[in-house]
Amino acid sequence: MPTFLHYARLKLQNWPDILFRVITRISAFSVLLLLAAIIVSLVIGSLPAINAFGFNFLSSAEWNPVTEEFGALVPIVGTLVTAGIALLIAVPVSFGIALFLTELSPRWLRRPLGIAVELLAGIPSIIYGMWGLFIFAPLFGDYIEPWVNDHIGTLPMIGAFFSGPPMGIGVLTAGIILAIMVIPFIASVMRDVFEVVPALLKESAYGLGATTWEVMWNVVLPYTKIGVVGGIMLGLGRALGETMAVTFVIGNAHSLSKSLLMPGNSISSALANEFNEAVGELYTSALIELGLILFFITFVVLTLARFMLYKLAKREGKVT
Amino acid sequence: MISEKDTIPKLVVRDLNFFYGNDRALKDVNLTIPEKMVTAFIGPSGCGKSTLLRTFNRMYELYPKQKATGEILLDGQNLLEKRQDLNTLRAKIGMVFQKPTPFPMSIYDNITFGVKLYENLNQHDMSERVEWALQKAALWNEVKDKLKQSGTGLSGGQQQRLCIARAIAVKPEVLLLDEPTSALDPISTAHIERLIDELKKEFTIVIVTHNMQQAARISDYTAYMYLGELIEFGDTSAVFTNPKRKETEDYITGRFG
Repeated sequence: MPTFLHYARLKLQNWPDILFRVITRISAFSVLLLLAAIIVSLVIGSLPAINAFGFNFLSSAEWNPVTEEFGALVPIVGTLVTAGIALLIAVPVSFGIALFLTELSPRWLRRPLGIAVELLAGIPSIIYGMWGLFIFAPLFGDYIEPWVNDHIGTLPMIGAFFSGPPMGIGVLTAGIILAIMVIPFIASVMRDVFEVVPALLKESAYGLGATTWEVMWNVVLPYTKIGVVGGIMLGLGRALGETMAVTFVIGNAHSLSKSLLMPGNSISSALANEFNEAVGELYTSALIELGLILFFITFVVLTLARFMLYKLAKREGKVT
Repeated sequence: MISEKDTIPKLVVRDLNFFYGNDRALKDVNLTIPEKMVTAFIGPSGCGKSTLLRTFNRMYELYPKQKATGEILLDGQNLLEKRQDLNTLRAKIGMVFQKPTPFPMSIYDNITFGVKLYENLNQHDMSERVEWALQKAALWNEVKDKLKQSGTGLSGGQQQRLCIARAIAVKPEVLLLDEPTSALDPISTAHIERLIDELKKEFTIVIVTHNMQQAARISDYTAYMYLGELIEFGDTSAVFTNPKRKETEDYITGRFG
């Protein structure tokens, strides 16, 4: 057998593989490069604002383009609070949707409902914004907010968060619109991961006499926790960064109020609204620093999610 | 058909029919499962042995379009009746499956999962119950130092014994085993078989198996099923050495199936 010939052919077959490896490596590293480039340009862009305000930027609620006094507290709070409200509503509702779709729904209803959820995810955010401004906010202001004022606004402790003029637009409205927007994302991820739970595992829990709720809560949810947390993070990422819909309904006011019914501002909606009219280096730079902060918030959120998964794994006994 | 030994009937099946949609998967099955004995269901794939087993704890009700007619009496009570509470039924009739299915939680929590559904034990009693169940399942010595670790980290054979421990921790009266060793290696299989022999002192055991030698080794009574019908049921040694029906003989001698 002429083995050297065989060897030569082998070498010939090798080079596309090498090429392929190089290409994949370039693709992978370009992601890192891009990320670094964005961070660097954000930092450079925000240097004037960082030099001018330092850490005060984070704690000041001042936002005055005329006197060039800028502070990020209002949009930071607005971003966190609206995203928080959104998750508070969206996570339980999505869990319910996914639970119904995988366990309780009659078979013929599963597909149409599932498709409806996915269609909801495909609606452009500007449409949510318009719908929120023209339909939801007026209804909310006319019917729900007065009730909220009268019943929840009078409670001790939490009352202050729920009293204020029933204008329809505001932080709470933005949070609710965001919740509607992220529900399809979280729900469809949850449904997908619930569906891959082995039937035998569920049967074992049912076989011990557990109810549907106990099976879902104690067995299915722990089994799928990585996927579920991933889905929630996907929703949170969207809620934090969502611009158009929030701009329409949040009120865009640079004022800090305890009440969720009052108008506020979020980072992305401040950016969208003000970049056009930003004159002067400091104004632009302050906006870029807002962008940098948003970036940082998202990073922290993702890190926290990782940490949470690690904690869960520890409690379950996988990590010691 | 049962006569040679003194036995108390635990489960009595009368004219049981089972339907997957319009498919009739069990045809007028009648048999009596004696208390504190091992009863094995054998037969080729698709003969209905697993289906029969799954009617005993009404597992089929999880799925639409499956239904059973007839009677299954557990200590004289028809468990197929609508008003039979499923959770109490499944507390009395535990089940172990073809593959080990540890829950994604610690070994300790795996055992307490079922117990917590029915009993409110303090921590001391609960720990005792966990030890008792793991002892019974012959797993205690292997896991006693790592109860807080995940149940999914055990070997296949250990996982299956964990599932048996989990099932008996609830203190059921009947234990259903659906091909419990089909995913295990021979050593783990031998382990489980020894365990079944121990467990029958306290529990009524019904086992579905593909492995005829296994049925011959561990069971007191054997039911041979074919195409949804119960062909022959009786004392295991009689069924294997002196089958009354030609079909049974063909199957156990390997001429078919």
